[in-house]
Amino acid sequence: MGKHFDEELRDLNNDILKMGVFAEEAIYRSIEALKNRDKNMAQDVINNDRSIDELELIVDEKCLDLIARHQPMAGDLRFITTGMKINAELERIADIAVDIGQRTLEIVDKPLLKPLIDIPKLAEIAQNMIKMSIDAFIKGDIVLAKKVLASDSGADQLRNVIQKELIEDYMVKDSTTAPRAVQLLLIARFLERICDHTTNIAEDVIYMVQAEVVKHHPEKLK
Amino acid sequence: MDNAIKMQAKNVDFFYGKNHALKNVNLDVYANKVTAMIGPSGCGKSTFIRLFNRMNELVLHTSFSGKIFLDDLEINSPLVDAVDIRRRVGMVFQKPNPFPKSIFENISYGLEVNGEKDKQFIEERVIESIKKAALWEEVKDRLKESALKLSGGQQQRLCIARCLAVKPEVILFDEPCASLDPISTGKIEELILELKKDYTIVIVTHNMQQAARVSDSTAFFLLGELIEFGKTQDIFTKPRDSKTEAYITGRFG
Repeated sequence: MGKHFDEELRDLNNDILKMGVFAEEAIYRSIEALKNRDKNMAQDVINNDRSIDELELIVDEKCLDLIARHQPMAGDLRFITTGMKINAELERIADIAVDIGQRTLEIVDKPLLKPLIDIPKLAEIAQNMIKMSIDAFIKGDIVLAKKVLASDSGADQLRNVIQKELIEDYMVKDSTTAPRAVQLLLIARFLERICDHTTNIAEDVIYMVQAEVVKHHPEKLK
Repeated sequence: MDNAIKMQAKNVDFFYGKNHALKNVNLDVYANKVTAMIGPSGCGKSTFIRLFNRMNELVLHTSFSGKIFLDDLEINSPLVDAVDIRRRVGMVFQKPNPFPKSIFENISYGLEVNGEKDKQFIEERVIESIKKAALWEEVKDRLKESALKLSGGQQQRLCIARCLAVKPEVILFDEPCASLDPISTGKIEELILELKKDYTIVIVTHNMQQAARVSDSTAFFLLGELIEFGKTQDIFTKPRDSKTEAYITGRFG
């Protein structure tokens, strides 16, 4: 396959990078909205999701088109099929930004339950994992992909700490805090789900580069 | 792919004059599987399969070393009759080449050459072969007509029927669809997948998608060397050799 096919692959790569940037930004803004109690920004995140959904469809169509017209093989085939899967993961991440925005709108008018410390920390881990996973895809960097996978347990632990604190220190002790605590609990859960999506991306990257399936086979990473 | 080995090439070298066309090739062909040979023009893939039924003996100024086995039989040993090998290892060529005879005679010919005289047996075998080659419905009412009246795709299936009539064990296909339209190509590919239940099949093809569609294992040749041989699925999704990757993704050279 010639120059034109390579150009189309580069174009696809750029679009997926764009999806990554959009998803990353959506998460960043949803967390900023929560921290700064910024209603407008939360609403913005919700409104902007449409353009990410549209880009998702464009990327999907480009992938199908490349497969149908060029019948790619080997590394090209793995790049395109992985690109399709990563595209879907990024769209899900952007949807989670919308979820966080909606939870934020729920609590923004009520007094803050407690100063936010661990949730921004978890958000930072999630953002970092998004960034690393997209970089790993763009550069075909397995070391970075493995770093993403290694970061996930830290996110899980922090989510557990947040959950324990919200339940034991607030909801159990004073049930009137429950409506606000549940929102924060959900946000922690959302952030942890983002991390899970980034590990899917990282596993897909490893398949793309090495043609080795590590998904559901953690022993292969050792 | 763990079927029995039907044919085996061991340390095969082949020369056209001084041109070293095959370089120490070792390859196993598995029984009741389709083995595809791919590679750019002049890579040696056609030369290689022609060794499997000693067709290269018909070319002047060539030399060969190494061993080729059909089951346990070394086919080049002096005691082995080439005609017997060609009966057991049939061949279908790039361009359909029916004899200028009737459809029926095209197929009965091989049996008659082999000394078969029983008319009823011949007729039964001809019909059986045409049916196996998925041509029966199209020709059953005109077996006495000239084979040259058939379309290209029908002629190719007739050649396959002709090959089947003498009950070979292995069928070599040398770019069997090169001159056919996509519909005829699809029919031949379906037929190949059907035939592998009863025969061992080796196919040379320039069409990589065809190799990917019909074969169980694929061999990639380059400049007379066997670069990579493995399960077709692996060759087309995760080739081990960068030269294979470059060829199948079209970035060769």
